[in-house]
Amino acid sequence: MTSVIHASGLTKIYGTSTAVDHISFDVRQGEIFGFLGPNGAGKTTTTRMLTGVIPPDAGTAVILGHDIRSEPVKAKQRFGVVPETSNAYTDLTAWQNLMLMGELYGLPRARAEQRSSDLLGMVGLLERRDQKVQAYSKGMKQRLILAMALIHEPELLFLDEPTSGLDVQSTQMILSLLRDLNTQGTTIFLTTHNMEEANRLCHRVGIIRAGKMAAIDAPEKLKTAIDRVHTIEVSFDNEIRDDALAGLDGVIGASRTGDKWQITAENRDAVIRSLVTFSQQQGMTIVTLNTLTPSLDEAFLRLTKEAQS
Amino acid sequence: MNLTGISEQVRRAWAIAKKDIRIYYFKGPVLIFGVFMPLFMFLAFLMGSRQLPLSFLISGLVGMTLFFTATAVSPAIFPWEGQARTLERLASCPVAVETIVLGDMIASTLFGIGITVITVVVGLALGLLLIHGITLIVAILLAACCFSAIGMLLAVPPTNVPSNIMMLSSLIKFPLVFISGIFLPLEQMPSWGLALAGLSPLSYFTDLVRYSFTGDHFFPVWIDIAALVVFTLVFTVGTMYLHKRTMPKRM
Repeated sequence: MTSVIHASGLTKIYGTSTAVDHISFDVRQGEIFGFLGPNGAGKTTTTRMLTGVIPPDAGTAVILGHDIRSEPVKAKQRFGVVPETSNAYTDLTAWQNLMLMGELYGLPRARAEQRSSDLLGMVGLLERRDQKVQAYSKGMKQRLILAMALIHEPELLFLDEPTSGLDVQSTQMILSLLRDLNTQGTTIFLTTHNMEEANRLCHRVGIIRAGKMAAIDAPEKLKTAIDRVHTIEVSFDNEIRDDALAGLDGVIGASRTGDKWQITAENRDAVIRSLVTFSQQQGMTIVTLNTLTPSLDEAFLRLTKEAQS
Repeated sequence: MNLTGISEQVRRAWAIAKKDIRIYYFKGPVLIFGVFMPLFMFLAFLMGSRQLPLSFLISGLVGMTLFFTATAVSPAIFPWEGQARTLERLASCPVAVETIVLGDMIASTLFGIGITVITVVVGLALGLLLIHGITLIVAILLAACCFSAIGMLLAVPPTNVPSNIMMLSSLIKFPLVFISGIFLPLEQMPSWGLALAGLSPLSYFTDLVRYSFTGDHFFPVWIDIAALVVFTLVFTVGTMYLHKRTMPKRM
């Protein structure tokens, strides 16, 4: 699959502190890539280097086939940016902000007007298009920023904590818009603290810690990869002996909690098959069967802790 | 960058200039400052030196007006936008740093010309005769570009605190006014004063304005024009180069 972002050895040094330390990764066309990390890990610095706002001290970033340092205008023409802090011009109206963006991206006036009208409708601000942005709430400003980033129909969208501190309505609207955009083919690079958001939205996530990449994978794979021993919770419609499950193929241990059994195993697939066979042999019915995987929060904490130690 | 790319960047610079005019220049206090600051300096000097002819003083007033207005707002735009994070918005758009600088320069050039035209009209209303109109137009256009480049040069230090830049700006602008033949004719200056005057683009502009209104001049007219062209080119190239270097430090 084609890479729309190819970061190689990206490094940023501030004084004696290395904010981003030789990180390399690819973002594939059409995916939502989550970029996670604790505060100060280097997420925003990386995003700023990728978007050409600050130059890297070492390494390269190729965005949609254009090196961000040698061909910044060509690269920027094809992506949109929603930064961490809302940065619309507060002395201008929403309409004026969008028209300014239209001009800065070289859109013909009629096209810019059409896009502005459509986008304001999409983010629910059409009725307040002639109001100065200084009177907008934080959620409204963030929705406007998203509209501004989409004025030129970018192939790639960078978002830095787009829902941070927003009300539920604005958060849901933005996440829903991101899903729709991705469905229509827009690649999304999403920096977030919100694990649940990343878990639900992203095809792959990259975890950065102290300026270094700790892991890159699909959320589900990351969650399972951090534990070699997995837990399976099962309950049957009849009582079974305490030692009956411990002897099954692949089972490392079995303990009872209420009416359920918690089974530990290295190979979940083999154990589930054994449990099904066991229930058939015993003439019992499996009432519930759950594989207990760590949450992305746990995976994140584990991975960032490992990278730190 | 090819020609199409350059013309596209110039169009985008115009968009930035329109934004600047709307946000920073079309404000009551800015317009009032632009008109009243040079006017009150002029009146103060008029009361203190009544022996100088009105034509000389009006020429000085025109020089001061253009200089102060073209450099009034532009030094603070980068710090303001850095503080509001709107500069980061511009930096992530497909515009070169030179385009942002050019946009700010266009805005301050137009503001300077607009306010200066008012001063010229006031001078004409007071009975001054305009002898060399075309020279005056050329001088105002050239000097407005030159002074707006100076304004952008003053914004080069990568601070996002506007008051720091405005203090630096005042420190440089006021001494320039006193060495540029506005209050004291160049003919009456000592040799060291003349040497300093030669380093100030404002001297050449004031000389051209005086020539336009009175027919008198200290330097040959072609020297005045050539000096303004050279200063404009050097300051414009210099400010674009320096801003390109300091821009990342503002982010």
